[in-house]
Amino acid sequence: MSPTNPMNRRKDRIDDLAATAGGTDTLVREAGTVDEKPGVSLIASAWKRLRRNPVFLLGAVITLLFVVLALFSPFIAPNDPAAAPLIDQVRQQTNPIPGPQPGFPLGGDNAGRDFLSRLLVGSQQTLIVGVFATVFGLAGGMSLGILAGAFGGWVDALVMRIVDVLLSIPSLLLAFSIAALASRPSQLTVIIAVAAVQVPIFARLLRGSMLAQRHSDHVLAARALGVSERAVVFRHMLPNSLGPLIVQSTLVLATSIIDAAALSFLGLGNPDDRRPEWGAMLGSAQQFIYDNPHLAVYPALCIIVVALGFTLMGESLREALDPKSRR
Amino acid sequence: MARFIIRRLLQMVGVVFILSLLLFFWLRSLPGGTVSAILGERATPETRAALTKALGLDQPVWVQYAKFLGRALRGDFGASTKVLPGADALDIFFSRFPATIELSFFSLAIAVVLAIPLGYVSARRANGVLDSGLVIASLVGVAVPVFFLAFLLKYQLAVEHNVFPVSGRQDSLGCTRVTNFFVLDGLLTREFDCSVSALKHLVLPSIALATIPFAVIYRITRASVIEVLGEDYVRTAESKGLTARVIRGRHVLRNALLPVVTTIGLQTGGLLAGAVLTETVFNFGGIGSALADAFRNRDYAVLQVLILAAAVIYVVINLLVDIAYAVIDPRVRTR
Amino acid sequence: MTLKRTAPLVLLTVAALSMSACAQSDRDSGSDGGTSGGDVKDTFTFGAAGAPDVFDPLYATDGETFRITRQIHSGLLGIKPGTADIQPELAESWTPSEDGLSWSFKLRQGVKFSDGTAFDAKAVCYNLDRMYNQKGAGQTAAEYWTYFFGTFSDDPSGSLYKSCEAKDDATAVINVTRTTSSFPTILSLDSFSMQSPTALEKGDANNVQTAGEGFTYPEYSKNPVGIGPYKLSKYDEANKTVTLVANDAFYGEKPKSKTLVFKIIPDESTRRQELQAGSIDGYDLPNPVDWKGLEDSGNKVEVRPAFNILYLGLNPERNPKLKDLKVRQAIAYALNRDQMVKSQLPEGAKVASQFMPDTVSGYNTSLQPYPYDPEKAKSLLKEAGAEGMTLKFAFPTEVSRPYMPDPQKIHAAFTKDLEAVGIKVDSVSKPWNGGYLDDVSANGAYDMWLLGWTGDYNAADNFLGTFFSDIKGNDFHTSVMPWGKTLSEDLKKADAIVDEGQREAAYQDINKRIAEEYLPGIPVSHSPPALVTSGKVKGLTASPLTAEMFDTVTAGK
Repeated sequence: MSPTNPMNRRKDRIDDLAATAGGTDTLVREAGTVDEKPGVSLIASAWKRLRRNPVFLLGAVITLLFVVLALFSPFIAPNDPAAAPLIDQVRQQTNPIPGPQPGFPLGGDNAGRDFLSRLLVGSQQTLIVGVFATVFGLAGGMSLGILAGAFGGWVDALVMRIVDVLLSIPSLLLAFSIAALASRPSQLTVIIAVAAVQVPIFARLLRGSMLAQRHSDHVLAARALGVSERAVVFRHMLPNSLGPLIVQSTLVLATSIIDAAALSFLGLGNPDDRRPEWGAMLGSAQQFIYDNPHLAVYPALCIIVVALGFTLMGESLREALDPKSRR
Repeated sequence: MARFIIRRLLQMVGVVFILSLLLFFWLRSLPGGTVSAILGERATPETRAALTKALGLDQPVWVQYAKFLGRALRGDFGASTKVLPGADALDIFFSRFPATIELSFFSLAIAVVLAIPLGYVSARRANGVLDSGLVIASLVGVAVPVFFLAFLLKYQLAVEHNVFPVSGRQDSLGCTRVTNFFVLDGLLTREFDCSVSALKHLVLPSIALATIPFAVIYRITRASVIEVLGEDYVRTAESKGLTARVIRGRHVLRNALLPVVTTIGLQTGGLLAGAVLTETVFNFGGIGSALADAFRNRDYAVLQVLILAAAVIYVVINLLVDIAYAVIDPRVRTR
Repeated sequence: MTLKRTAPLVLLTVAALSMSACAQSDRDSGSDGGTSGGDVKDTFTFGAAGAPDVFDPLYATDGETFRITRQIHSGLLGIKPGTADIQPELAESWTPSEDGLSWSFKLRQGVKFSDGTAFDAKAVCYNLDRMYNQKGAGQTAAEYWTYFFGTFSDDPSGSLYKSCEAKDDATAVINVTRTTSSFPTILSLDSFSMQSPTALEKGDANNVQTAGEGFTYPEYSKNPVGIGPYKLSKYDEANKTVTLVANDAFYGEKPKSKTLVFKIIPDESTRRQELQAGSIDGYDLPNPVDWKGLEDSGNKVEVRPAFNILYLGLNPERNPKLKDLKVRQAIAYALNRDQMVKSQLPEGAKVASQFMPDTVSGYNTSLQPYPYDPEKAKSLLKEAGAEGMTLKFAFPTEVSRPYMPDPQKIHAAFTKDLEAVGIKVDSVSKPWNGGYLDDVSANGAYDMWLLGWTGDYNAADNFLGTFFSDIKGNDFHTSVMPWGKTLSEDLKKADAIVDEGQREAAYQDINKRIAEEYLPGIPVSHSPPALVTSGKVKGLTASPLTAEMFDTVTAGK
């Protein structure tokens, strides 16, 4: 292996991960099968080890609970999270945050809305932010990565230069400039800003793993058999790169949720807070954090637990897919 | 070798040029701008027009860019409008960068000191209860939003118990500035109380910033030690009857640490660029907080310099590492 | 190999040694804070929200800078502590000529600048001529001069200032080109402070240049020489602190705290934590939601009298439906301003009936705010045929102003009210510096928006004139209204009236017409800003102009 260029943490992690696709290739070769369902043995062997991994199981349980909560929270929530039944109690100076009371076990927020309901329903938008940011980042990264990885040559050089430039800008700054660029900040602009940061990462990841396969036997074989370039890319190279992409996506789900919270904290979140989202709730609770820390602590705990769930899953997946740790 | 370095340097010039172009047009496409940031509510159409004209912002963007490029080639990146009005933007970078280096250094130190022993312990008992616990704990650090962790640290250790200062880099002791590395300055000028104060101010932000590198270094150490433990030479050493102590020190750790050292190198780049939130929360005057400050106030000159400088540092370190590798690893030279 | 490996280390050591050889401690060991006897500290430390721009107040534009320059400079006129009214400062008295165009100022005697040079009538004229004679970039940088005096010597036609003569050492005569209620009051503004002619000359003080998209300021801006209880000791940019020390040459009483330190802490919750931890003695603009908590933990919240206005701007040019007075009145009736003020603004905030606070001369006490009456609003909309109309209603993000602590919440409350009477609201937001102000002022991009104003000095013109005088470019686009021109002209006429009683009556009449006949926007509220100090701080007087002096302040140990 040629020495990696150790500069950027992200870059290196990405390349590490990309190399696991190369591993898939070896495995396929060893098994002697070239086509059909690529990577099944890899996934199967990974699953075998994951099933008994407590770290993975914990992550999976958290994630499952979160998704269930997101789906059913509107039915569980005691109140409409957008309505302001406690507004008459809100006094900026003497009582900015209505306290717990019958029907409102966690009290209200500074606009007189039921805090518990907002916390429960907040899981929905949080999931949406996480999922869409990941999907957008993945889509953008894949387009660039396929372009670079499939064609190589000057296309590759150009795309990778752009990707490197993007990676050299501090990610948070990139996110908040994109958020600021939007003429109308909204949930969508937050998602796009968070996703944009992931695009170069996915692009590099995919390109790395496709490049690792360009000269591998199954690709050469397919070419020799006269399979069209298009088909080689989409039927042979891409499926073999899925493992690392899935791992990265799981991790990105967590970082998107955390990044969205950071954007809110810096005042660039979704200004329309009728539909609650944990990151926005945490960000806007900063001004009350002293006297009413619960407004920040609950959404923060939710974010931490959910982000941990995704991260645990992602990291154990990564380990399971890593050929080095597969003995 | 010389040709390789020259080619890379030329490439760097290209990257910086493209980045400066993108950056320039992108910043100017942002809504709002320097003029309203300076004038505020007091803006009238006349003052607005006068200021726009005085700052040359009324000209087409490409003319502005040509002027910028012309000046930049002479080392003049323009003056700050709001971060430190009137100051040369490049000077701001040089005066703020030491703070970021100081902070990154201490947080890396914390991360390394904790992560390597814990990673080793984890690996020795891989998949045990302790190991799983440590893995989860290290990932909890990653899952906590930095600004929230910072708040908890500040609240507990600074406000409630007064162990560490809340924010800033130093108490106002009238310290002499030499290098702007506050800890070092205190030592150089023998104002030791200044160094102590600066160190105290570094503790909390360093901890907050250390969580992510800690998790990464811990993970790599663990994986690397697990791998080395399975290697033939370790088994050979064991079968030769060497003491566990010798095996651990001479064979396992030494070999396992190679990738760890690389990772630590990688983390440095990330830390230098990525301390925006931590610096903002702790009011720590490095380039991260300067970036946020410049962005909020649309201080174009400062934004341009800071981002371009970050890119140059990134590329230069890249190049240095490549050269170092070429020196160490003969295989690279033959390529 | 060994040499190769150790070479950098050797180099580093050599570098460090050589540096330590020339690195001398340059601090005075004698003046460490907090070492004197008694139970008060020598140093008062204040948490500032932003960094100062320059220390030459002529080129300064923001409150954070003026907070510092105010301690080291004085003007001819001063502000009576705790009020918005003027009082003698460097000038002991002043009298206008009969036509109101020539003012003679009797100067305080025995006053010295902090560099020891004498303050006299020549110095006054030197200062005013210096401001008037700004050239090039200096003109743009001297924003307050442009705003209050108009143009410079290269275009005298638009200038309020005409000339200055030093009759004798103690008498300066300032000639103006027209009468206005603002003169001589504007001489109390920090920007027009008196600075040492010698130092200005020596520091090349007017040498402002453009560099890229910013200005560079001359050396003098970093080493100002003025008249004030304090003088600048050090601006430690790396550590974000400004240190002022007592000015021994000051004519007045010595400051109670020898040293004044401003720590720059942009984040509000961090300022609060610093106060709580005892590392600062006070800070400005605590969030109203914090007031109670701050007081409960033993701090003092000093509420300043409200000297501001929050309003809803309306743009009839963009949305022609807003040309109809009935529609504008319907909006006023539809808004539950009482509830908004109670739930979103601090105690002491009031619903506004007109575009200026009641401490300003010309306030019309007979006016009442439009009451909350959604039914009336609906019927007015119906009469105007504007039912179901849509309003593009904007609010700023990334900002908190004294008159508007949380714009988003205010916007949300009003949106609810408007929707209740059948007006559709198209909500827009932009960052304050990220296009909001441009969209409001230059682009006229919204039908309705939140904005406000904090007064600079006590004159109706500083409020009404700011909003409606300039017919061409004002935010309310009054030029498309039939009364826009009349209003603008009447405001200018009223401002020029020399007799105070007559002027007050003229403004009262204008206020009445604005509220009842024109309603170019909806005045919303006056909200008192505050500053907070630890319980051990004594002697601070809160100023409605946020123009606090710190020379009387002490912090207990």
